[in-house]
Amino acid sequence: MKGSKSLSAWQKILIGVSVLLVCDLLFTLLGLWKKQWIIAVGINFVGIALIFQWLQAYVPPRRLKAYERSLAIGFPIVMLATWELLVRAGILSATWFPPPSRVAQALWEVATEYNKFTKTSLLGRPWLIPDMYSEQGWQGVVTLFQESHLWATLMRVFLGFLAGAIPGLVVGVAMGMSRTVRVMLDPVVSAIYVIPKITILPLMMLIFSPFGEMYKIVTVAIGVFFVVLINAMTGVMQVDPIFIEAGENYGAHGFQLFRHVIVPAAMPVIFAGLRLALGTALIIIVAIEFVRAKSGVGFLTWYYWEILNPPKMYAGLIVIMILGVVLTYGLQWFEGIVMPWRRRREQRVVLEIPEG
Amino acid sequence: MPKKIVAEKITKAFPSPRGTIVALRDFNLDVEDGEFMCIVGPSGCGKSTFLRILAGLLPVTSGQYVIHASPDAPEGKPLNNVVFQEYAIFPWKTVLDNIAFGLQMRGIGKQERYEIAREWIRRVGLTRFEDCYPHELSGGMKQRVSIARAFANDPEVLLMDEPLAALDAQTRAIMQTELLRIWESDKKTVVYITHSIDEAVLLGDRVVLMTARPGVNKACYDVPFERPRDLRLTATAAFAELSYSIWESLQEEVKKAMEEQLQ
Repeated sequence: MKGSKSLSAWQKILIGVSVLLVCDLLFTLLGLWKKQWIIAVGINFVGIALIFQWLQAYVPPRRLKAYERSLAIGFPIVMLATWELLVRAGILSATWFPPPSRVAQALWEVATEYNKFTKTSLLGRPWLIPDMYSEQGWQGVVTLFQESHLWATLMRVFLGFLAGAIPGLVVGVAMGMSRTVRVMLDPVVSAIYVIPKITILPLMMLIFSPFGEMYKIVTVAIGVFFVVLINAMTGVMQVDPIFIEAGENYGAHGFQLFRHVIVPAAMPVIFAGLRLALGTALIIIVAIEFVRAKSGVGFLTWYYWEILNPPKMYAGLIVIMILGVVLTYGLQWFEGIVMPWRRRREQRVVLEIPEG
Repeated sequence: MPKKIVAEKITKAFPSPRGTIVALRDFNLDVEDGEFMCIVGPSGCGKSTFLRILAGLLPVTSGQYVIHASPDAPEGKPLNNVVFQEYAIFPWKTVLDNIAFGLQMRGIGKQERYEIAREWIRRVGLTRFEDCYPHELSGGMKQRVSIARAFANDPEVLLMDEPLAALDAQTRAIMQTELLRIWESDKKTVVYITHSIDEAVLLGDRVVLMTARPGVNKACYDVPFERPRDLRLTATAAFAELSYSIWESLQEEVKKAMEEQLQ
């Protein structure tokens, strides 16, 4: 094809769309959708991606953001719709891959329908909220929510995270600032750091009784502790010496130097550690709830595996996903408050202003 | 004129795996009160090391130095403040808080220190940017903040370590003029490290030349040009002549330094 270089984007798009349609028609006729579905899906994805890339040439620059956003939102919706269609067409098994509509319905049931075995639901007994509110006000609503699976998991993650992150910060910063402390503790920390923290669960049950919440919270806390510690130490050690020199030259010593120079300089790495630790905390809590708990989102997912209810297992996954996203956003919001200088990074245009 | 800085026989040696490296040997310098002193030397001659010693950021191996406080100095007036080559302004503080930093560390109340800082923000032409963070500023603006931070803290002497070296040539020319203007309204004692002879002759009252490592005194030139100066001075024959005679003396040191690097 000699003339291919001079094709305009519109022509490319037209050709792309028709080639894709012909391919799909062929796949359907040959029955490849069932046998070679990986190849069929792959070709379709590449084709669609190419078409949207060519289409971008026609998007006016001020619409580019909106265009990208609609792609980012639109594509997952298309994926879910494809999933739904594939199941309804009988290509994907509805047993192992229940369609999104079925999962959504299961999510609603899990969230609001009282389960006799677990004696509550994901959100507790939300149908009692109006009564409780009129009787006891917000206090009553909170009490009601406290019996839910979501609350159980949230509390374990929250308490475990705090109980691990605060000492982790203190010890990590101390190790970053003092070479002696670092030399003393580093072998111990490095050795324990590599242990997958879920392995200490039996030990924690031995130490803190295998009943109640304590051993769960402590296991989460220990997992969080080491991740936060390592990052806090690295953050402090990576502070550019020029900032410390400048701080000292302008009269900051001891605590002032710590508060005005070392802590803010180490903050970005510390927050990266907190984000990692949040992920660790979720992994640990879900694992604990799988094996030991009688409440919590992890327990719920495991329970629906035991009674073989795939749509509700998917619902459990979605709740954990939402939990992770919400907690991460919460942490980012907190980050923006603590580190205002990291906000609005790309927004302002820098200009060299002339004198006068 | 009274002496402001007296440094005698300053020697600085760094231990290294391949033996001791002597950065400075018996280096002498005295600076009068209100003098703009420039130090020029080839790369790696220890001029930055000397400045860090004066700033109290590095201990000397031998020798002694003193910075005299003025007799009527108010309580807490710092002896020196450094303008670093890498700016070293704090990314986590706004322009205003960066410039007020030294005053804050001295325990000066918010209202007073912001008042002083705002005056310096005005003098360096950053008025619209006082609430910006450094990442929102260009290189030239960052260095203005760094210079204002030093002036606002009102030290006995200002130590400048190649403050304009990281800027592009045009921004540097603008900043040289600004620095002259700011300094001439204040006449603070300055020790200014640079590798640019033109810059040293444009800004300085005297230019001290250092040899290649180990840095020792090679020569000292008086710069006779009248103040206030501006960039027009660089276009005169007298300026070119003085610059060239300094260069003649410097170039053999530069060659020596290059040969040493090749070995």
